[in-house]
Amino acid sequence: MWTGTPLFPESASTMAGRVDALYFFLVALSVFFSLLIAGLIVFYAVKYRRRAPDSVGAEIHGGLVLELTWTIVPFLITMVIFVWGASVFFAMARPPDETLNIYVVGKQWMWKFQHLDGQREINELHVPVGRPVKLIMTSEDVIHDVFVPAFRVKADVIPGRYTNIWFQPTKPGRYHLFCAEYCGTKHSGMVGEVVVMDPSEYQTWLTGGAREGSLASAGAKLFQDLACNTCHRPDAQGRGPVLEGLFGKTITLQNGVTMTVDEAYVRESILQPAAKVAAGFQPIMPTFQGLVSEEQLLELIEYVKSLQALPQVQAR
Amino acid sequence: MPTVILPPRHYLNDGYGIASWLLTRDHKRIALLYLAAVTFFFFIGGAFAVLIRLELATPVGDLVTDATYNKLFTMHGVMMVFFFLIPVIPSVLGNFLVPIMVGAKDLAFPKLNLASWYIYMVGAAFTTYSIVTGGLDTGWTFYTPFSTVSSTSNVISAALGIFVTGFSSILTGLNFIVTIHRMRAPGMTWFRMPLFLWSTYATSLIMVLGTPVLAITILLVASERMFHFGFFDPALGGDPVLFQHLFWFYSHPAVYIMVLPAMGVISELVAAFCRKKVFGYGFVAFASLGIAVLGFLVWGHHMFVAGQSVYAALIFSILSFLVAIPSAVKVFNWTATMYKGSISWQTPMLYAIGFIGLFTIGGLTGLFLAAVGLDVHVTDTYFIVAHFHYIMVGGTIMGYLGGLHYWWPKISGRLYNEPLAKFSALVIFVGFNLTFFPQFILGYLGMPRRYHAYPPEFQVLNVLSSAGASILGVGYLIPMVYLMWSLRYGRLAGSNPWGAVGLEWTTTSPPPTENFAETPEVTWDAYEYGAPVEGHVA
Repeated sequence: MWTGTPLFPESASTMAGRVDALYFFLVALSVFFSLLIAGLIVFYAVKYRRRAPDSVGAEIHGGLVLELTWTIVPFLITMVIFVWGASVFFAMARPPDETLNIYVVGKQWMWKFQHLDGQREINELHVPVGRPVKLIMTSEDVIHDVFVPAFRVKADVIPGRYTNIWFQPTKPGRYHLFCAEYCGTKHSGMVGEVVVMDPSEYQTWLTGGAREGSLASAGAKLFQDLACNTCHRPDAQGRGPVLEGLFGKTITLQNGVTMTVDEAYVRESILQPAAKVAAGFQPIMPTFQGLVSEEQLLELIEYVKSLQALPQVQAR
Repeated sequence: MPTVILPPRHYLNDGYGIASWLLTRDHKRIALLYLAAVTFFFFIGGAFAVLIRLELATPVGDLVTDATYNKLFTMHGVMMVFFFLIPVIPSVLGNFLVPIMVGAKDLAFPKLNLASWYIYMVGAAFTTYSIVTGGLDTGWTFYTPFSTVSSTSNVISAALGIFVTGFSSILTGLNFIVTIHRMRAPGMTWFRMPLFLWSTYATSLIMVLGTPVLAITILLVASERMFHFGFFDPALGGDPVLFQHLFWFYSHPAVYIMVLPAMGVISELVAAFCRKKVFGYGFVAFASLGIAVLGFLVWGHHMFVAGQSVYAALIFSILSFLVAIPSAVKVFNWTATMYKGSISWQTPMLYAIGFIGLFTIGGLTGLFLAAVGLDVHVTDTYFIVAHFHYIMVGGTIMGYLGGLHYWWPKISGRLYNEPLAKFSALVIFVGFNLTFFPQFILGYLGMPRRYHAYPPEFQVLNVLSSAGASILGVGYLIPMVYLMWSLRYGRLAGSNPWGAVGLEWTTTSPPPTENFAETPEVTWDAYEYGAPVEGHVA
């Protein structure tokens, strides 16, 4: 009956080995301490079983050396695990500089993926093997969570925010993609597959799909349609800031606070323009809340990113 | 052996009829009112669990619809957490024992104590109403914005029930704190108190300090849901993750509300059935307080993948490792207590041994979750489900059942069927492990929690788990039967059937309404088995 019943998940990313190593260390540690405690209990329970109805235990009340030992030794062990766990987490939290970026929008109850070249997918994500991939994710409604067990990565997908995960697949194949944050009736149906392909197959897939133009070009069209270009002009004569070369820069707001222009700031500036106005400008921009969808926001962000007149450091 | 007779006058025959129970101010009778109520809700919550495990025996969602399934695990969680696990040991065993253990006639505020029970029942009524009129599907965690915007189920009435019941928890905690401070008998110094009182005291601090935060959080959820005040919904300018901070600020310490009293019970059981002072009494006592304090500082470990900053995650990670230390200290001390003890294998000791084993596994798997880089993979999977059931069911319920068996002769005056009790303890232990151990493996494989249907390769492990659940369910029913049976037919227990020390064993079984014929004067330390204690029949 065990055929087809895995007891250990597939490892298909560069992170999987690091997570598994820590896991095996903890399993070994747990087995050791569980057997130690269970062994002692059973041994004592047999050896010191009550032989006469009125017998009492020995008068032993404690021992400082023992107490200190089993306080300090577990403390040291846990600190080793802490540092180990933290180092793995740092690796997860810091994507490499060069990543293949893919946008993810979660909604009840499906996953929508948008590739920079314009391919759109639902509940299926195609990526090449061997390249670091970064997912930039948001939700249209409630909190969801992208979880790919074979890659050992997971992150909540939160409405009103962008969260990231990154992974570098190491093996071609099809892997489960689960929504791991309970999101309502068809939560367990909000599943899909990550398809990891050889680079050449991936190129074929990229060129083969129905093309609607790149994400940035869709954003450029939207930028015209919404008449953003009447104020945001490339020549510094507009009523709004010049967007060319803006993404990734550090800017100063009206209240003197400085901040980096990232996806979240562009998003907020479209939906709540008055929240963080750049210094030297009037809060005159109308809100686009309710006028642009999450997917259109991503197109606009990608368009703003594409307006890199000067070489820029990419924001995390 | 001298003939054992029932005392002519005791709390159970001090007045008959429904009013003598519903209007009682006797802490022992109130404990029994709670016993009836929490047992009822335990079996309701258990029935939901049975349906969940039946559904999960096959990978496709075929027994109930997805909407129904979501309601089942939600109501299982709500019932078990808020109406069973949190109140069970403090309200039943704590209510019965705290006054007797300190040598007092009753709790500091007997009327408040009765009021706590009524408040609990009103809260339970609201939540039960929400269940029978269509149910709740938010998960017991009520995550926003799902609970405030998206869910169409009975969020308000269920949340109101939890809000109301919280006050019962606060008042019970307050009653215990005041009683332990002000009503200890002459000679009962802090360091002569049984360790059950130390852990109950630590638990009460959490109840009084933590529960109001839950109450506020529920009010915020209700006002966003009803009046669209934007606290959590980003469309209204709120922050959905703020809810998680507020919720876990209470609900993580709530885990310690559940397990600290069980730890106190285990200290009593290990001492009594080894006839030996608990090893490192002071360390065990302060470990309880350490857990209570540190428990308030680790809530962020529920949110490692919820978009909090890397550095916040690291701080919560290191604090979570620190809270593991006092728990480890307790396990080592209980084990050391058995060294050179006079160990009896009676039922309560079997539960104590079961507790230590299961709590050790539950605690060690907690280290997996405190390690941030590993938690990312296993959080929100069945690994979490397995881990917290090892703590709450393997820990709290084993501790509770052990305590209930240990003090049952004191509560009822009669002995239960010992062979049957041993057998059911074994059934529970086996059933528990078969139910929850496969879930660790499922979790690492990546099976998410709260899934109505799942990929077919996970089926074998799920079938094992469902099989274990059916064994566990039988294991819980057997004690119901023989404990009820013993009320009428059990042999009389006498005041001290176990040959244990402790003030509760110096009074009659069942005790008189005022607990002691005269106020005891304590001249001995807790668990003094070397020197015979007056009234202690070996």
